[in-house]
Amino acid sequence: MAAVVLRSVTKQFGLSPVLRDIDLEVADGELVVLVGPSGCGKSTLLRVIAGLEELTHGSIEIAGRRVDGLPPQERSVAMMFQSYALYPHMTAYQNMAFGLSLARYDRAEIARRVHHAAERLQISALLDRKPAELSGGQRQRVALGRAIVRDPAVFLLDEPLSNLDAGLRARTRLELAKLHRELGATILYVTHDQLEAMTLGQRLVVLREGRVEQVGTPLEIYRLPRNVFVAGFIGSPAMNFLDASVVSADVREVLCKLEGGALVRAAVNGTPLHRDERVTVGVRPEHLHQTSDPEAPLHGNVTVAEVVGEACYAYLEIAGARDGFVVARLDADTPVRAGTALQLHAPPERVHVFDAAGDALERSGMRRS
Amino acid sequence: MTPMVVALAVAAGWPLARTVWLSFTDATLAGPADVAWIGFANYLEHDAGEWYGVLADPQWWHAVRNTLVFAVVSVGLETMLGLAIALALNTPFRGRGLVRAAVLVPWAIPTVVSAKLWAWMLNDEFGILNHVLLGLGVISAPIAWVANPDLALGAVIAVDVWKTTPFMVLLILAGLQMLPQDCYEAARVDGVSPVKVFLRVTLPLLWPALAVAVAFRALDALRIFDLVYVLTANSTSTMSISVYARQQLIDFQDIGYGSAASTLVFLTIGLAAIAYLRLVRLRPGETA
Repeated sequence: MAAVVLRSVTKQFGLSPVLRDIDLEVADGELVVLVGPSGCGKSTLLRVIAGLEELTHGSIEIAGRRVDGLPPQERSVAMMFQSYALYPHMTAYQNMAFGLSLARYDRAEIARRVHHAAERLQISALLDRKPAELSGGQRQRVALGRAIVRDPAVFLLDEPLSNLDAGLRARTRLELAKLHRELGATILYVTHDQLEAMTLGQRLVVLREGRVEQVGTPLEIYRLPRNVFVAGFIGSPAMNFLDASVVSADVREVLCKLEGGALVRAAVNGTPLHRDERVTVGVRPEHLHQTSDPEAPLHGNVTVAEVVGEACYAYLEIAGARDGFVVARLDADTPVRAGTALQLHAPPERVHVFDAAGDALERSGMRRS
Repeated sequence: MTPMVVALAVAAGWPLARTVWLSFTDATLAGPADVAWIGFANYLEHDAGEWYGVLADPQWWHAVRNTLVFAVVSVGLETMLGLAIALALNTPFRGRGLVRAAVLVPWAIPTVVSAKLWAWMLNDEFGILNHVLLGLGVISAPIAWVANPDLALGAVIAVDVWKTTPFMVLLILAGLQMLPQDCYEAARVDGVSPVKVFLRVTLPLLWPALAVAVAFRALDALRIFDLVYVLTANSTSTMSISVYARQQLIDFQDIGYGSAASTLVFLTIGLAAIAYLRLVRLRPGETA
């Protein structure tokens, strides 16, 4: 059974639409990450599901029950806020118990639930402390505990890790994944961090300007981005984009000519394209390989080489590149430095082609679901 | 640090010290030149089977009672009204900025002006209040609001509430705007009713700001002078301790005795401030 079903969810603030016609089904027990740049509407979508914002149009079902129109507390959701939103004058215990005590649970049941959640989150020793006496990571756990004790049908987590420092964020990310598995909970998780999205999400929903750009597993989205936006947003460093024109195109392959004159092959279905059409060629930094072939499609001088330990990112000036340069992820042992001339090759099945509207051409031999 | 200490000593320390010193003398307004040290005689003295001094004067104790009643009732009403108005002004609505500014008008008027204004409105013969009440048939004969000893203190309190509630609103509104907004959203998801939100979230969080506002107002109210003096002059039914001290100093020209009263005003307010701060700080659940 689907835990959350959104149909044509639309939200306007005044005249400006913030969410446009969003359809989404989240399966029971699934962790779905809503990801996108700031202002894409991901937090608003979460708040609309929580009932903190009213829908302009559309419907929301949670656990088989239509809930838009119901107040937040009747929706069987628990929300965790980016700022944690703990009550500063209450102890951790009181923070977690507050909602329950108002919902008229008896004392013993409240205590059982709070202690159970606290044990799970390893904050049992902190229950008597107030938020001001807790570290950022501890507050984050208390906020999570407050959500857990409610035993909701859906957890709504709004950027839960963004206020933590980098090391703690990575560790907490792992713990969240583990917690999700143990609780079997349905989680809608908002983040702007694509690494968090890739590692945590069973499915990602990529949003831009209030629209769903693509829904899929992290690998689907990484391998088969539907358009230039998704391709550029997911992956780090971002995909390289180069302006090109179509030389020849058929159902199996497209041959493109870059601005510098070099030819690039892409294993995509080129039937919608015609000769000389302007297209964008996309290649991820990790799919560019050094080659000794002088006819290699991408060649240029390295302007900057960043060695980050496990890899070396080489920035090459290449005509037609969207940012003025192309990044290649090379072996850390590759002897490159500023000024080195490099030839790069990309396997055709790793090259993406986007039409003038920015939409990706289908990978040849594959049907997109 | 040093310039501040010097400024404080000149502006506050010296007059205070001189007043305290004068309170132990028999100085008069006519001739402060030859003054004699008379110890505590201005405060309390037993002579020929009679008690003399400020502390033996029933008029003083009456003024103390008036002042306490005035302070407790006016500050209490101002706090409740101020809280209600501040909560209303804290919710967004059209024209809120205008209303916020308008609310401050009574407080912006100089006290003497607003007291005179009210004195006329409360006037038994020509006042608009009696005119309206008579017209509506609520009362059958004009009421002497400020001359009637049973009503005068109430009238003074009402005018003070009218005048000073805006100040309370301003302080509480500032406190309300410091409250973390995200807590209110968490409370909504938790399904906390508005009344519970107010009692369990807003009030505890607002407490420090409220306590400071009440302290300000209470210390102000304890030294009330201008409003009482303009509305009811030296009437014993409303006389506050400050009015009492002024009467001794200026009307009776008894600087020594008046200084003793002034010193007692200072001590009363000082002790009230200390007691209040102790009380507030000892409230459980407030550390931050």
